[in-house]
Amino acid sequence: MRITEHPILSFPEKKQIAFVIDGKEGYGYEGDTIAAALHAMGIRKLSHSIHLKRPRGFYCAIGNCASCNMIVDGVPNVRTCVTLLREGMVVKTQENKGEIHD
Amino acid sequence: MIEKDLVIIGGGPSGLSAAKTAAESGLSSLIIERDYKLGGQLVKQTHMFFGSEKQYAKTRGIDIAKILIDDVLSYPNLIEIMTNTAVVGLYNDKVITILHEEKYSKIKARAIIIATGASEKVLAFENNDMPGIYGAGAVQTLMNVYGVLPGQDVVMVGSGNIGLIVSYQLLQAGVNVKCVLEAAGTIGGYKVHASKLKRLGVDIKTSTSVIKAVGGECLQKIITSKLDEKWNFIPGTEETIELDALCVSVGLSPLGNLLSMIGVEMKYVSSLGGLVPMISHSHETSVENVFVAGDVSGVEEASSAIVEGYLTGLIVAQKLGFEHPNYEVLIQDLRSQLDNLRSGPFGEKTRNGLLEIMR
Ligand SMILES: Cc1cc2nc3c(=O)[nH]c(=O)nc-3n(C[C@H](O)[C@H](O)[C@H](O)COP(=O)(O)OP(=O)(O)OC[C@H]3O[C@@H](n4cnc5c(N)ncnc54)[C@H](O)[C@@H]3O)c2cc1C
Ligand code: FES
Repeated sequence: MRITEHPILSFPEKKQIAFVIDGKEGYGYEGDTIAAALHAMGIRKLSHSIHLKRPRGFYCAIGNCASCNMIVDGVPNVRTCVTLLREGMVVKTQENKGEIHD
Repeated sequence: MIEKDLVIIGGGPSGLSAAKTAAESGLSSLIIERDYKLGGQLVKQTHMFFGSEKQYAKTRGIDIAKILIDDVLSYPNLIEIMTNTAVVGLYNDKVITILHEEKYSKIKARAIIIATGASEKVLAFENNDMPGIYGAGAVQTLMNVYGVLPGQDVVMVGSGNIGLIVSYQLLQAGVNVKCVLEAAGTIGGYKVHASKLKRLGVDIKTSTSVIKAVGGECLQKIITSKLDEKWNFIPGTEETIELDALCVSVGLSPLGNLLSMIGVEMKYVSSLGGLVPMISHSHETSVENVFVAGDVSGVEEASSAIVEGYLTGLIVAQKLGFEHPNYEVLIQDLRSQLDNLRSGPFGEKTRNGLLEIMR
């Protein structure tokens, strides 16, 4: 959900950005972080805890807590709350501590 | 290895201010910021600040951020900026490891100012990790920077100034703030902020906290309980509140991990937010030429972070041989501004805390 009217801030319409989230099409806007775009789409679960696989969403939104880590364009452990969305990005939920492939 | 005179870690209000006065003294610096933009916590603060004109009272946080950033950009020859770059390692010989776009590199500095700010504390209760439970600052970022709503029905935990201000901002964004919970018997923040909320019909429930969050993949309900004077839950007072987001605003703790890497002498001072470095009158830590400014050396406010930044920038420049022509006068003025900000009953905790960390 996005803010449309606000007494102090204005959120002018921005360019739409398409990306892929867990194999499905997603949309955000220029200037969004990945986590903000996902939240606006109603996706709140971003990661799992490592051992018990408990669902996790973002917590700090400033890159401190690692609760928003996802796999972005094949790179694991990307803090999606401080990473800007780019056209065509492939974002995936991470199921483990993160594995590097070549 | 790249060599620099002064490296400032953190591009929030304190780091930016330090770079400015260092530049005014003729000293060049490099600001390293892990976010993709400068401004630290200020970039999401849409409310007007208190304090005196000197610290931008009556100006909104977002506009103060713009002023501080413009100041720094006006010294392109002296101030270098790296955003999207995290400092991930620090060594005693003042070598800094940075991570930028998946590449590590090293920088050696003559002096370092650590201005990394603070992070939001978490609150212990059952299922406190469920998606939908966010730090108040995170919610502020989501709303005020990205224009995205955290949810429709929100409860705030914590009635300090941040909890009260963010609750008001949630209302401004059109969110239903169901209530504010406060474990203590009295409201923590300023009365003006609390009254604003009450006028808009938001109940501030004192002596109340969360026992448990309920939901599946996302938060749906919380169970609250009344607390006795010793903060024990009182059985039989439980209530269920339906909501889709819970905001946790139970204080900030200084982000001093980098200081610990080089063995800076630290002390736990609860009135300053947690583990903080022991510092000299010049804001120097126990490691020579490693300085601190802002929330990392004790959680206060943006106004004091700015003044501490100005002060530390001048001091470091002088120590490296770049004395500002007006050094003594400026230092005195800044010190009295800090005393002023910390005067009165609200500053008492900070004043006592700072006495505990003086080297
Ligand atoms: C939700 C909220 C509301 C607030 N409301 C008010 C208010 O109404 N009035 C007021 O006066 N104050 C308010 N404050 C407090 C004020 O924002 C802070 O006191 C002030 O921002 C501290 O400035 P700083 O420069 O020390 O830290 P910050 O503003 O936190 O800046 C620190 C910077 O360092 C960066 N950083 C951290 N670690 C690293 C690293 N390893 N490498 C690179 N960069 C790093 C961070 O990304 C950040 O940009 C509020 C704070 C919060 C969280
Ligand atoms: S939400 Fe904390 S690091 Fe992203």
